[in-house]
Amino acid sequence: MSKSSQPIDDFARELSRETRDAVLSSVVTRTAGRKAKLEADYKDPDLLRRLAGKVKQHTVEHLDEYLEQAEAALTKNGAKVHFASTAESARETILEILRNKGATRMVKSKSMVTEEIHLNDFLEKQGVECVETDLGEFIIQIDGDTPSHIVQPIIHKNRRQVAESFEKHGLGAYNDDPQTITHRARKHLREKYLQSDAGMTGANFVSAESGRIVIVTNEGNARFGMAANGLHIALVGIEKVVPRDKDLGLFLNLLGRSATAQQLTVYTQFINGPRSKSQPSGPKEMHVVFLDNGRSKVLASKERDILRCIRCGACLNVCPVYRQTSGHGYRAVYGGPVGAVLSPLLAGDDFPKYADLPKASSLCGACHEVCPVNIPIPELLLRLRSRANKEGIKSAGAPPMAPFARMATSPKLWQTAMTASRAMNHLPITMMPIQPLQAWLKIRTLPKWRGGEFRKWMKERGGVNSGGRNE
Amino acid sequence: MLMATCLSDVFFADMAKATVEVLESVGCEVIFPEDQTCCGQPAFNSGDFPAAEKVSRYTADVFAGDLPVIVPSGSCAAMHFHGTQLLFEDKQDTGEVESLAGRTWELFDFLVNGLGVKKWEGELNKRIALHHSCHTRGTDTGAAMETLLGSISGIELVKVGTPEQCCGFGGTFSVTFPHLSGEIGQVKLESVLEQSPDLLVSADMSCLMHMGGLAEKQNMDIETRHAVQVLRDVSLASQ
Repeated sequence: MSKSSQPIDDFARELSRETRDAVLSSVVTRTAGRKAKLEADYKDPDLLRRLAGKVKQHTVEHLDEYLEQAEAALTKNGAKVHFASTAESARETILEILRNKGATRMVKSKSMVTEEIHLNDFLEKQGVECVETDLGEFIIQIDGDTPSHIVQPIIHKNRRQVAESFEKHGLGAYNDDPQTITHRARKHLREKYLQSDAGMTGANFVSAESGRIVIVTNEGNARFGMAANGLHIALVGIEKVVPRDKDLGLFLNLLGRSATAQQLTVYTQFINGPRSKSQPSGPKEMHVVFLDNGRSKVLASKERDILRCIRCGACLNVCPVYRQTSGHGYRAVYGGPVGAVLSPLLAGDDFPKYADLPKASSLCGACHEVCPVNIPIPELLLRLRSRANKEGIKSAGAPPMAPFARMATSPKLWQTAMTASRAMNHLPITMMPIQPLQAWLKIRTLPKWRGGEFRKWMKERGGVNSGGRNE
Repeated sequence: MLMATCLSDVFFADMAKATVEVLESVGCEVIFPEDQTCCGQPAFNSGDFPAAEKVSRYTADVFAGDLPVIVPSGSCAAMHFHGTQLLFEDKQDTGEVESLAGRTWELFDFLVNGLGVKKWEGELNKRIALHHSCHTRGTDTGAAMETLLGSISGIELVKVGTPEQCCGFGGTFSVTFPHLSGEIGQVKLESVLEQSPDLLVSADMSCLMHMGGLAEKQNMDIETRHAVQVLRDVSLASQ
């Protein structure tokens, strides 16, 4: 089959069947689990989604006030708050914090926002060792790979590939038993925790009311990362703020169930600030770096609803396109439906580079249906398609719509074309005059052309009139 | 008034005839405005909003008045009552468009919830796999279709696995992203075939055209019918 020149379509075509099937079966299971868990636990899960959507939309629309409130609360709790407007300024801020403490060995818990600013590469070049402690992220790191899912970063790998990586990186002879792999990683990482002098995390939520930071993990690695050394740095997208502590109940209940079909993740940490005098361990110093990196511009746009996202990954799991591509098909840190909206927006002036992503969707709406904060993703994709159209960005293989609109507003022309289309029944495929038809017919058949048949039948019954048009 | 859809115009004459016959059999007088063309969704989904606006305004004009407008497609109906909300959000002079949105019914929603038809007389001894088209998510169409088909004696409705999975059609998506579209459809087809149904039935011809076309190309044995054709055939058989 010839290439369509749509990068994500080509990516899917070239993706190995083994990887595709691993991704597909994993996310289909997650999707079914999510639904079963929500329906078992709540009478009307949809109501919760809509409520959570409203709370987050309200927060996003008053983000300046809530950020100020969060800053004040965090400061009161003893944390130092920084604001970074770009990825570069966030990297520099973090480096400066580390340099001030003379820290050179950092352990990290899973954080997509640190992926977004490409923190590890930068810090390694500055002589700071960064060790990912989430098992999936650790495997990504030793492989020099990138996450292909927001929640399950190694969804595209199987245990044999992981065993091979471990062998290659001196973590023991080949053994693909998952428990053995986990034990080896644990042994390796325990050493890294003990040697570390800084711990880096993201944050799932920040309560503006109390300045509490919430971090969820299933491995407890964020706790280890903070217990072992004296410095905690949290990099947080500005949209992670929620108004009150009591809102966390709503979001945490939806997050675990939507992401992994868990009522709650195994570890849910509420961090009130650096170690208090009465606490025996924990970081003496805590920094929170709020990252903008294009979010303010999103906030000012009509696609601002995407900032409600709590990164559960449910939209990736349910997306028919993601199921064929994994996150790597999206060529950006955030993949799947949320990524198809967010990546072009966060790209700023590079929007044209990612303008194909919002088009790579059948607009099936499954993402909207599962979103715990009820983001109308199909509508946002349409808005971005319209923006690409307005900016004159061409889309490979897309049929032009101006001729269609002319036909569809000229009834005589339309009816003539309908009747004429019956000639198609006698044309061999290669003679089909329209490129989209050829694309269709390569993998599908078409029904028999019956242009004009229904109209003739209807006319004979006497049911035809000229409608409401005043000519 | 009947909006037959552009696919009926080109391919699915029998489905449009079945729609007329079913509506008439429950006491409706069906009027077909001759100047109708398309709901405008191809242009809308392509992001060409100015082109979509032209078609949408034209269609609203063709169907002006106060009669209900019945569409045998969840997708085209959704363009009228949902798509236009985004398309016309900042526009003036939207009276006709809003009027059409308010009067548009998807056929099965109209039969069951508009007219109160809850039972369909007749018999058909077949296993039917129902495909709920994506654009009827969150609408009453799916339940309405189940109510009517389920009331026909002899019909066994079987559930298709991965109900969330799209058929892969997506209009111009199917030709702009041919590999993705085909593979997505393949996943759905396999879920359908697992149930070995006698018929694959939906309230949207476009999904059936896609799945049927994929299946036929691979010589897979699956027969597709619009749900309204099933109603019509059952009535004919019992006469």
